[in-house]
This record gives sequence, structure tokens and C-alpha cells, in this order.
Amino acid sequence: MVKNALAAVAVFLLLGAAAYASFFIAPTDAKQGLIYRILFFHVSSAWTGLTAFFICFVGNLMYVWRREPRWDWLGISAAEVGLAFTTVVLVTGPIWAHPVWGIWWTWDARLTSTFVLWLLYVSYVLLRTLVEEPDRRALFSALFGIFAFLDVPLVFGSIRWWRTQHPQPIVMGGPGAGLDPTMWNVLRFSWLAMLALMTLLLMARYKLEAMRGDLEIVRREAEGT
Amino acid sequence: MALLSNTAVLLGKELRTEFRSRELLTTTVVFILIVIVLFSFTFDPTSDESRRFGSGLLWLAFLFAASLMLQPCFLREQTNDTLSALRLSVSDPFAIFLAKLAANTLFLLLTELFLLPLFAMMYNVPVVGVLPWLVLVFALGSLGISIAGTALSAISAQARMRELLLPLLMLPLLTPILVASTEITKGLLDRAPYVQWKGIGFLAIFDLVFLTVLWLFGEYLLEE
Repeated sequence: MVKNALAAVAVFLLLGAAAYASFFIAPTDAKQGLIYRILFFHVSSAWTGLTAFFICFVGNLMYVWRREPRWDWLGISAAEVGLAFTTVVLVTGPIWAHPVWGIWWTWDARLTSTFVLWLLYVSYVLLRTLVEEPDRRALFSALFGIFAFLDVPLVFGSIRWWRTQHPQPIVMGGPGAGLDPTMWNVLRFSWLAMLALMTLLLMARYKLEAMRGDLEIVRREAEGT
Repeated sequence: MALLSNTAVLLGKELRTEFRSRELLTTTVVFILIVIVLFSFTFDPTSDESRRFGSGLLWLAFLFAASLMLQPCFLREQTNDTLSALRLSVSDPFAIFLAKLAANTLFLLLTELFLLPLFAMMYNVPVVGVLPWLVLVFALGSLGISIAGTALSAISAQARMRELLLPLLMLPLLTPILVASTEITKGLLDRAPYVQWKGIGFLAIFDLVFLTVLWLFGEYLLEE
């Protein structure tokens, strides 16, 4: 209990420091002004979301291989945490795009593939609610997760190759080579803070799923006798 | 070799089952026909507009039709628990998938080719000159749809709300097929038709990647 509280406090201090750095240490962008500071939140969330989905993929592979419930718990926990971070990306994106590009949304490769990625993992979570039997649910969702994760580069590639005639981001579609070194460092630090937050959420969610798993076993035993 | 002979036998069984009733083929043809007619109300279907929107229309119709057509693929094995019998009868469970996806590709391709002349007529888009290329794109696209769709229908057959679940799992996963096939078809339907080799290569890579994943993990989908 105390350990959890301490970990949470540490993560929030880290997030606070990242927020301070984003507002006061990173220099103001010459073209975009203040609004660009959303980058530190937006881009670090995006990278963290991808990290979570990668953890989910590892969990899925391990489940298919080892058939231990803990890998299934890791899979669903990482998928849900990844969805949370990707939702942040999809919400902060338009908030940033509107003042800078003058539009809320463009069907550019990165935006569209992030959206498809989000949809794929929503389907993953939905699939789990629709299969009753725990072992089967774990196996099916793991297999779908493997398909989904391998699909992502193909989605990105296809959209990037063909949909380039559409309006491209004019100013800084993401951290390009032109990013100031201080900005880079702040961005890296923000990512670190977000990763810490992700780890905290992942561990809490994992514990919850483990408890649910145990509860299910107890319930089945009680009903069986 | 056992894999191929098993697949051939199972493919024969799939084809016999379908051609006895032709239920899947007729309903899919009518479904795509309805979509094609309904789409004509959503834009001004002149020849120029159709060249711009026609390819997307066609592929969306194919994709939605496939998400309905693939439903019974594993579901009908459940009625008499024939799937267990199938599993016992073949040495490699991949043969079951291979046969089913070959059959599904064939059914999809047949309906597509049946409807192509109708589409060309109704939307004033000539297709005769580029027919071999169109067949190639239809074949590669349908193969991709069938590989992913067959695997996912094995999942959805054992879930609740399965009629809704299959499109939900399948459609986002098939985004690359939709994008690639639509763009290649658009090039072929152009006033000055051109072949996008890059796109055809992309479709082939998609098919190969998904086939490999299915080969590696398919047998787990058939577990009791």
C-alpha cells in the first residue's frame, strides 16, 4: 500500500517536472508561438501509446506460446492503457492542428493510421467482452492482437504511399530534424514521465485483472461443487 | 505433399457444399448489386465522376459483401460439429484454412467478375482493355480479404453477437487492402489507364504476411 502510494507520488512529481519543463524551459517556437508546447504532451503520449501496444503484442505472443493467464492479463492491461494514451493523442492532435494548420483533421498517413490503430484495439477490447469462456477469450484475443499489431505497418505504408496528394502538414508534422536541442531534451524527458505513468497504470490494471482471474476460478469452483 | 492433397480434398468439399445450393453466391451477388445501385444516388454518376469514385465504391461493396459472405464459413461446421471431424481427418490443420480460404477467394472473385460488366455498363466506365489487370487486382485483393476473413470468422463463430463482430474485426484490419486495391483500380479505370506495379507488389506482400501469420498461428484457432 505504502509502496504504491510512494510510486504514485514519484510519478506525479515526474509529470509535474515534465510540465514545468514544457512550459518554462523549452524555448517558444518562432513560427507557432505558445501552442507548439502541446507537442510535449501529444508526441510523448503517442510514443507511450505505441510502447503499450508493443507490450500488448509481446503479451499476446507469450500467451499463445506459454498459455499462462498472466500473459493474457498483461495483454489486456497494456491494450487498455495504450488506448488511453492514443485517445489523448487523438484529442490533443486536433487542438494543436486547428490553430496551426487551420483545420481540425487531415487524412494524412500518421493521423489516419493512428486512428485505425485506435479502432483495431477498440475491436480487441470489444472482442474480449463477447467471448465467455476465459481460456478461449484469452487465446482468441491474443491471436487477434498479433494480427492487429502486424497490420499497423501495412496500414501506415499503404496510406503513406497513396494518399500523399492530400494536404500535408505545413509546419512541423512532428518532431523533425529541425527541432531545437533543448526541445528535444524536454520531449525526451516528457516521454520518460509518460512511460512512468504508463507503468503505474499498467501495474494497477494488471493487478485488477489478476484479481478478476482469481475470482473467476473461485466462482467456478463454488459453482462446480 | 500431404498438405496439398488434403487441401484439394477439402476444397472439393467446400465447392460441392456451395454449388449444391449456391446460396452464398446468389445472396452476395444481390447484395453487391444493391450497394452499386444505392451508391448511384450518393453522387452524380457521370462517366468522369464514376472514374473518380467508382473504384472506391466497388471495393467498399466487395469488402462489406465479404464480411457477410464469410460469416457461415466456420459457423456451418458447428451445426453437426463437423469441425472436430475435419480436424481428425487431416494431418495439418492448416489444410482446413487453406481449403476454406481458397474457396472463399474463388466465390468472391466469381461474384466480382459477374458484377464487373454491370458496373461498367451502369457507370459508363469501359473495362475491356484493362480486363487482365483488373482480374489480377481482384484476385490479389480477394485473396487478402479471404485470408484475414477466414481466420477471423473462426474467431467470431465462437463469440456472442457474431454477425456484428466479424465486420468489426475484419474491416479495420483490411484497411491496407482497401487503400491499395482502390488506388490500383482507379489507375486502371482512368481515361489513360496505367498499371501500378508498386501497388500490385504491395497487395502480394499483404497476402504473404497474413498467410504466414495464419500458417504459424492458425492451428490455435481450431482448438477445442
